Amino acid sequence: MNSTPPAAEPAAQGAFSRFLDGDIWHSFRHSPMAMLAAAIAALCIFCSVFAPWVSPHDPFDLATLNLSDARLPPAWMEEGSRRYLLGTDDQGRDILSALFYGARISLLVGLASVLLSMIVGVGLGLLSGFAGGKVDAFIMRVCDVMLSFPSILIALLIDGVGRAMFPNAHETLAFGVLIIAISLGGWVQYARTVRGSTLVERNKEYVQAARVIGVAPTRIMVRHVLPNVMGPVLVLATIQVAAAILTEATLSFLGVGVPPTSPSLGTLIRIGNDFLFSGEWWITIFPGAMLVLIALSVNLLGDWLRDALNPRLR
Amino acid sequence: MLAFILRRLLQAVIVMLTVAFIAFMLFQYVGDPVTSLLGQDATQEQRDQLRQDLGLDEPFPVQFARFVGNAVQGEFGLSLRQGRKVSALIAERFPATMELALAAAVIALAVGLPLGVYAALRRGRFGSQLVMTLSLLGVSLPTFLIGILLILVFSVHLGLLPSFGRGDTVDLGGWSTGLLTVDGWQHLVLPAITLSVFQLALILRLVRSEMLEVLRTDYVKFARARGLQDRSVYFGHALKNTLVPVITITGLQLGSLIAFAIITETVFQWPGMGFLFIQAVQFADVPVMAAYLCLIALIFVVVNLVVDLLYFAVDPRLRLEQPGGGH
Repeated sequence: MNSTPPAAEPAAQGAFSRFLDGDIWHSFRHSPMAMLAAAIAALCIFCSVFAPWVSPHDPFDLATLNLSDARLPPAWMEEGSRRYLLGTDDQGRDILSALFYGARISLLVGLASVLLSMIVGVGLGLLSGFAGGKVDAFIMRVCDVMLSFPSILIALLIDGVGRAMFPNAHETLAFGVLIIAISLGGWVQYARTVRGSTLVERNKEYVQAARVIGVAPTRIMVRHVLPNVMGPVLVLATIQVAAAILTEATLSFLGVGVPPTSPSLGTLIRIGNDFLFSGEWWITIFPGAMLVLIALSVNLLGDWLRDALNPRLR
Repeated sequence: MLAFILRRLLQAVIVMLTVAFIAFMLFQYVGDPVTSLLGQDATQEQRDQLRQDLGLDEPFPVQFARFVGNAVQGEFGLSLRQGRKVSALIAERFPATMELALAAAVIALAVGLPLGVYAALRRGRFGSQLVMTLSLLGVSLPTFLIGILLILVFSVHLGLLPSFGRGDTVDLGGWSTGLLTVDGWQHLVLPAITLSVFQLALILRLVRSEMLEVLRTDYVKFARARGLQDRSVYFGHALKNTLVPVITITGLQLGSLIAFAIITETVFQWPGMGFLFIQAVQFADVPVMAAYLCLIALIFVVVNLVVDLLYFAVDPRLRLEQPGGGH
């Protein structure tokens, strides 16, 4: 595995290029499903990152909104206008543009909470596996308790508490509470996975060798053990991104997620839900489709990555 | 086995105390009950008097002990928003949630199990791949979106089924059931399907992967070598041994069904506990939040305990092992 030429990038890039090297890339090139999913995910990410440039309208610029354009159906339907490809919502906002901006917020919250839960989970998992004893027992008991509650419930609770404690919360604070709420339900999985792998790695010779030459425990954990337990973590993180995006959408749909001034996909679906019975299906269905597209493509990627990293399936 | 049960019971008590503590902290730090009861312009004396009457001037452990004592009796005070007793509010809505969750569990099992077996036995065929792709869709579709789609198709377009509420209910000594009227059944269909989809996909995928694992084992090969019928090998030998993890997951999922019912209930305006809870979260109605939290925790703990005990009943290997050596 270490036969990559020394000319390649050092240290930090080493683990990454080794990870992409050979098997994984090969498996990716031979899985049409994975390539399709990656393409869709890349497109969604592109559209949301560059939302201000890609969107045909600015949905938050009140000056350009025209109430006479409200509730227009998509362009291909009879009353549709070519200016609004996917129609408009109740305030005359272009659905397509709102989609891009919404996906942006959804992805932002999803990625941030996965990153947070990954850092917490991997850290605690390493500590638990490496320290053993009482620390390990305590962390694992906490995990057991957390695992027995679904993450959506934990997120709802944290969000409810945050809402009650800071009733007039500033927007950024609301985002912070939301991200923490989502990640608190997710870290457990990382901790358990990493702990398991750490227990295996801890007794291997390279760790003992490092210990013998007097490397500090923290350094052994971070520089020696961590790179070797990252495989499953990456699979988990991929799947958790989809889960986090769905959790965010659910919370926003329930009206306890992102502040209404910066609508995510879930908020858009919530708004559209009120117009379901008057026949304006497009206000709900397009954000919903976008959400499913993102979640499905990320899940497919995660599935593929899990199989690609599992030696038993080769 | 006795030691195992005792340890589990102790663990359950600790979990419940932790949750009770969190609920208690909610009361302590979220909002001031004195202000909310007396209003902004009460005098300091009135405040002190009420504080004393409510026992808020007593030391922390005493207050916590009293809280637990009340909670055990199902007493959580008055809802801040509706001004009614929380216990009464929850008792009113408990049957609705339970009927919804049980209906969803039945659908998930009745459809998920056979489909999972099918996907495992016909691995690689078109039908099986279709099932697997659909199940991935089931995991990726958020519950609320499934509900919206079902409403759009069956209520708005086809006008076949009602889209909100429970319909006509019959009161059976405090338990209002919708299962005795045609209208109640009609109202149950869409929410129950919505709630079941995720669990269904989960059970399907679990059964399939367990089945594939078992089909590889020696005793299955041996059973085949003995010349047993496919049917008997698949269902008598293989399926039987996949059921242990399936029981565990299904049991544990019963708890999450009740929790996930929050979303389904919001979409369909189903008058259950989840709908009550989400309103409580929106309005920071602490007593209702605390009561719901404790109740859900209790349900989870009991379900986990029962699943652990079922393990002993189902898997004879555990009974032979040292207590504590089990999973």
